[in-house]
Amino acid sequence: MTAVSPVTLACPVPLVAHDRVQLGHGSGGKMSAALLRQRFLPALANEALARLGDGSMVNVAGVDVVVSTDTFVVSPLEFPGGDIGSLAVHGTLNDVAMMGARPVCLTAGFVLEEGFPLDILDRIVRSMADAASLAGVPVVAGDTKVVERGKADGLYINTTGIGAADAQFRPAPERARAGDVVIVSGAIGRHGMAIMAAREGLAFETTITSDSACLVGLVERLRTARVDVHVLRDPTRGGVASALNEIAAASGVGVEIDETVLPVPDDVRAACEVLGLDPLYVANEGILLAFVPAEDAERVLAALRSHPLGAGALQIGRAITGHPGMVALRTSLGGTRIVDLLPGDQLPRIC
Amino acid sequence: MKYLSEYRDAAIARPLIERIKRTATRPWTLMEVCGGQTHTIVRQGLDELLEGAIEMIHGPGCPVCVTPLEQIDKALMLAARPDVIFTSFGDMLRVPGSDCDLQQVRARGGNVRVVYSPLDALEIARRHPDREVVFFAVGFETTAPANAMAVWRARELGVPNFTVLVSHVTVPPAISAIMQSPDNRVQGFLAAGHVCAVMGWTEYEPLAMRHRVPIVVTGFEPLDILEGMLMAVEQLETGRHTVENQYVRSVRREGTPAARTRVEEVFELVDRKWRGIGEIPMSGLRLRPAFAAFDAELKFGLGDIHVNESPECHAGEVLTGKLKPPRCPAFGTRCTPEHPLGALMVSSEGACAAYYHLAKYRAASEAEPAGAVS
Repeated sequence: MTAVSPVTLACPVPLVAHDRVQLGHGSGGKMSAALLRQRFLPALANEALARLGDGSMVNVAGVDVVVSTDTFVVSPLEFPGGDIGSLAVHGTLNDVAMMGARPVCLTAGFVLEEGFPLDILDRIVRSMADAASLAGVPVVAGDTKVVERGKADGLYINTTGIGAADAQFRPAPERARAGDVVIVSGAIGRHGMAIMAAREGLAFETTITSDSACLVGLVERLRTARVDVHVLRDPTRGGVASALNEIAAASGVGVEIDETVLPVPDDVRAACEVLGLDPLYVANEGILLAFVPAEDAERVLAALRSHPLGAGALQIGRAITGHPGMVALRTSLGGTRIVDLLPGDQLPRIC
Repeated sequence: MKYLSEYRDAAIARPLIERIKRTATRPWTLMEVCGGQTHTIVRQGLDELLEGAIEMIHGPGCPVCVTPLEQIDKALMLAARPDVIFTSFGDMLRVPGSDCDLQQVRARGGNVRVVYSPLDALEIARRHPDREVVFFAVGFETTAPANAMAVWRARELGVPNFTVLVSHVTVPPAISAIMQSPDNRVQGFLAAGHVCAVMGWTEYEPLAMRHRVPIVVTGFEPLDILEGMLMAVEQLETGRHTVENQYVRSVRREGTPAARTRVEEVFELVDRKWRGIGEIPMSGLRLRPAFAAFDAELKFGLGDIHVNESPECHAGEVLTGKLKPPRCPAFGTRCTPEHPLGALMVSSEGACAAYYHLAKYRAASEAEPAGAVS
């Protein structure tokens, strides 16, 4: 051991390996990735799953079909700007759209807790139906299970989406190339902060509404613009920071973003300041990130801006050959900050 | 955003950075005391912008980093009790104790809740009279008034099921310990603005004099910190060593008397161990005997527990500025953000984690890009 001086002691022992599931395993950060890599992939391994996209492409009798599934456990069930019903439709349709596919149909599975008020269930199912019909995608199969009181938090929904793949339009996380421009379609951080503000226990008043929206129409504008979009990603759980990290890792490029142009609305920024959170890691449910060749950037921006959900589209950064697999933020003062995946959930800071 | 964006204005910051570089005729070593200031420095990349003019040592002002292992272990023991609702500020949840952290206790069935204010914890106690509600009262003089207020209110309202596990520390004794250390490298301090908003700066005047060291009471926004650095460098360049106040919009010399009074009414000074540094005399706060009924350690009979820290971690030398993280033998090999040996590698503002990310970034930036362009 090294000699120690008067005011020196030592510090902690290593963490023991996790022996139980923790909330952080569902955060979309490093713990989620480790759970996937160490527990699920070894057991369920196959070529389609190994790609770890928003969903998978499978060949059904000569036709390429996209499949994506997602489970929704949001609390509260109804929040400013949406509810778990519309969110369950938007979330899965968006994942199908991010693979460049046209959604064809949805399935829905419900886990209901004994004692759950039927009038709330009616509202949520109605909201689901409205969202699905607005998107023109029918819910074609479903399932319902009821568990004893206390075994679930009111209501959970799983949705699976099926889409028709498009051979001419196949964005994928591993297709980002150095030189690509990184575009975001709108303001960041709204969904996560709306949920935080609405959650019981945080005496906190704001006007933030969730951005929950179906992005299928917006993606159609990109398809018809006939641009080779390399990557599309909806930065949901883990926010823009986590999505960019996954893309950088999948394609081996470095990503550089510019803090001064990040579209963070004032109310989101204020709520993040108060709660000690970073908007880059806050969930979104109605925006997309696109990596496109620099020469097509203006056409992509024009296409996105022609749709109401893309009116605020702008370039926030670029893919580079330097620091492969890492995301760096150029701060407003000209410094550099590494934007890494978080280990687990974002925890509010003391000071 | 009003009162915030003004203090992040790049058009003002850039000339300020140039002025610091022009003023410094040699590289100076400054320490920012507070974790909130470290957060801004790391987030804005100020270290990098001032390279060659100022070396910042990230000081021991992060409650997450310096709360001793014994207190973390006591928190874990309380949180695991079935009759307890354990409440804490968010970032204490993943500080490693001897064999786990609060998040893991929660996963094993412990009732652990994040609160933003100790008064919220008191409210939980009033709503759950059948449970024992414990609040983890950590932090510096900044959190002490609110924590004192919660205990004071609990006594006033007669809430018998509310207690606090106290691990408070105070800044001036830490500055003194660092300056007295034989191989100290710190030449000037940025004192923590919000600590001084409560306590004022009279305690710092004898320190500046005795140790002949400039101390600048500094705020938390980028322009605050740059201005604080400039004031410290100007003192160093002209051979002065006084206490100056950069954070004039929040701090007065006498602090906030009402808050100080409440803190002094509820707490008294005590010797306190700092994780990674060791025991510093009269550097901590504990409840006064009149408030003993709200002391979780007494109520649950926790007493003294014996713990062993990893001998491989050199956090103490890093916190006191004697060792740069990359020179630690465990840095980046046996100690990484995924498998931290110490608290400094846990928090993203911890000095070791900050250096780790920067080192990884620089190595990757210089390396031959592997298969990035095809």
